[in-house]
Amino acid sequence: MKAASDPELQQHQRILRLHRFDLGRRDFFKVLGGGLVVCVASGRLAAQESGDGGRRQVSETLDSWLHIGETGQVTVFTGKVEVGQNIRTSLAQQVSEELRVPVSTITMVMGDTDLTPYDMGTFGSRSTPQMGTQLRKVAASARAVLTQMAAERWHTDEANLLAAEGTIRDPKSRRVISYADLTRGQKLTKVVFNDPPETSADKWKVAGTSTPKKNAQDFVTGAHKYVSDLSVPGMLFGKVVRPNAFHANLASCDGSQAEKMPGVTVVRDGDFVGVAAEDRGTAERAAAAVRAQWNAPAQPSESELFDYLKTHEQKEKDPDDEIIKGSVEEARVWAAKTLQQTYTVAYIAHVPLEPRAAVAEWKGSKLTVWTGTQRPFGVRSELAQAFHISEDDIRVIMPDTGSAYGGKHTGEAAVEAARLAKTAGKPVKLTWTREEEFTWAYFRPAGVIEVRSGVKDGTLAFWEFDNYNSGPSGMSTPYEVANQRVAFHPSDAPLRQGSYRSLAAAANHFARESHMDELAHELKMDPLEFRMKNLKDERLRAVFQAAADKFGWAKAKNSPSQGFGIAGGIEKGGRVATVAEVSISRGEVKVVRVAEAFDCGAVVNPQGLRNQIAGAVVQGLGGALFEAIHFENGRILNPHLAEYRVPRFSDAPQIDVVLVDRKDQPSMGAGETPLVGIAPAVANAIFNASGIRLRSMPLLARGLPSKAT
Amino acid sequence: MALTLLVNGKEHNLEVSPEEILLYVLRDRLDLTGAKYGCGEGQCGACTVLIDGSAVRSCRTQVSAAAGKKITTIEGLARGDTLHPVQKAFVQAEALQCGYCTPGMILSAVALLDHTPKPTGKQIVRYMDGNICRCGTYERIIEAVRFAATFSRSKHESGV
Repeated sequence: MKAASDPELQQHQRILRLHRFDLGRRDFFKVLGGGLVVCVASGRLAAQESGDGGRRQVSETLDSWLHIGETGQVTVFTGKVEVGQNIRTSLAQQVSEELRVPVSTITMVMGDTDLTPYDMGTFGSRSTPQMGTQLRKVAASARAVLTQMAAERWHTDEANLLAAEGTIRDPKSRRVISYADLTRGQKLTKVVFNDPPETSADKWKVAGTSTPKKNAQDFVTGAHKYVSDLSVPGMLFGKVVRPNAFHANLASCDGSQAEKMPGVTVVRDGDFVGVAAEDRGTAERAAAAVRAQWNAPAQPSESELFDYLKTHEQKEKDPDDEIIKGSVEEARVWAAKTLQQTYTVAYIAHVPLEPRAAVAEWKGSKLTVWTGTQRPFGVRSELAQAFHISEDDIRVIMPDTGSAYGGKHTGEAAVEAARLAKTAGKPVKLTWTREEEFTWAYFRPAGVIEVRSGVKDGTLAFWEFDNYNSGPSGMSTPYEVANQRVAFHPSDAPLRQGSYRSLAAAANHFARESHMDELAHELKMDPLEFRMKNLKDERLRAVFQAAADKFGWAKAKNSPSQGFGIAGGIEKGGRVATVAEVSISRGEVKVVRVAEAFDCGAVVNPQGLRNQIAGAVVQGLGGALFEAIHFENGRILNPHLAEYRVPRFSDAPQIDVVLVDRKDQPSMGAGETPLVGIAPAVANAIFNASGIRLRSMPLLARGLPSKAT
Repeated sequence: MALTLLVNGKEHNLEVSPEEILLYVLRDRLDLTGAKYGCGEGQCGACTVLIDGSAVRSCRTQVSAAAGKKITTIEGLARGDTLHPVQKAFVQAEALQCGYCTPGMILSAVALLDHTPKPTGKQIVRYMDGNICRCGTYERIIEAVRFAATFSRSKHESGV
């Protein structure tokens, strides 16, 4: 379990329980009809299985599977979910590639705890490297099984046969049989324990191409049902009565006025208060009629945030949170020049355009919840804990959601809707308002990052990097420096915080790549030249060069109204470099152009990848320039889009993307890494134009200062 | 009060209170869920519908104000299986990621192209700036609007 040992994930994923799949194979055929089910057991489980004397508990040991039906329809089951990152399409492409079937014949069943294998969640850019690999394996295995079946039927050798377009062919005898004909009337389950040979990326025909988004038509016609669009018969509308501040206790509650309204159920359970009613308007009126008194403790405010984070360091530390190489102390003596700076990042919100939503339905002791989450199995655990029931009695279903960006790892709306439904005795739909989403979800951690460095002859002599609270992701430097100390210091955070697209890598790259720029300036070196002089990683060097070439870095001439900045790094196995151009007019800063080169190994879907990169650049610009959560004494001061600015059309720069397609390298996730370079590239560009060094994200919280600091 | 809503060419006789919000009448009563809630304050454009051809924020529109007028939601834009040129352009340009803003984007673009058939890039940005795509698909959406503008209007009578 590589993921479980990742400190950042441990920090943010509080529920890491493995659950075993328990859908028997008979259920499979009941759901899908006859045909062939091919399953692949993971290495660990396969090892266990092989020592099991041949007694194989098929239902409990599998990581992924697919079903080929009697009509040739392929159904693939994965616990991953679609949040707009196009993984439904790119995973289908990989199955198509190995199974040799058209993408159109593939149905992806995703994120349904009753139907799909356990999956920890869709985050950390793991879907492509892990699930993609796994599904290619299961598809290649299925192809091998089908080939074997055809060989047996024709009394020939498998080596004489080939698979193409959903058929097995014998080129010599010109016999052809479709997968559908091979599997018709069968109820076959094949478990594959060994690694089948995979098609290498340079031979890909479907993977690696811009296959159109699978269900695009449903999105442009309004046919796609997000959770907030769902309804089930007899469904009520829920509304939660929220406390007036974080960590508040319910002192008293009078729901009698609300209860007098027709069809209204008022639920009080501990500090939870909510209502359910037959329509939305009544639910809102009933919630407003509940008289609740809250006692909230005094809490830290934004004005003291960064001092607070530094002075409230947690005592317990993970040994992985500190990297020490060589001797910083010795290098400090011989370094020709030293520099010390502090960088900060604010709390920001994910602002998924679809706020949290859930529909919960109890049937006896069985609970079904539809909700938008990146962790359906995690939400199932939350529900099991909340209601003291077995996970076996809970089904969580996740229709493709109105995005998440790391912000929907938890199941608040699911638990709330289920609680209301339990008392009301009817299904309940609960959709959070934008204000609730801004207030009661969680935030990207704020942080303070202190960097001390030394250089000699244009090379890094030592590097010290202390990150308070924002997280360890992406904190180790890709540059060559023999003497370094890099540490993450978790703090008692004043706000509820959690995962966010790219995790802390955005903050750590902001600090590191701003500081590298400051060093280059001190040394009067070109920022790109200084980076290259201190960089050995060939792939990162290549993307830096590619971004610089695309942009025309060598010819870029700055002026007080025009500046250019570069930044890059290695994150989640990908390499990214970003060049930004800003224009400054009467103190107004605008990012006009961005060139970004990205190497995430072998590209699975160029069109989808370009969308992810442009999206990451735009989203990253929000956090870089103006997004910040303002808070005071346990209350969010700007919980509306009118007060919390997110990037709009007019903020979007021209974005020139260079895909460095490394077919010799494994495909890595691409949703997060393209975001990490934008903030430092912009900060460096602002400095390049104005001489003003901005070390706090968002850079333009108070506009552009009038003089250098 | 009783009123008649004319949505996608169909009459709906409803008993409502006049201050009810159009977005929720469409979504909760008529099961036309294409118009989305994004903010409830007219800031994001996810709830955009067309009223007599103009793009309107349905989350800020009282149902009484829409009575008797021609309302078009995303569900009413295609003609049978034939997508509206703007819908087609969004698919072809793959101008969406999570897709939640897409209905509002498409209807805003339809309204724009209705009065400005050949918009410049600046006109597109200015007109569409009230619609948020949190996934950041802005370049592609601009491309899709431009693309749609090149389709011959005679090929599809949008009826809005």
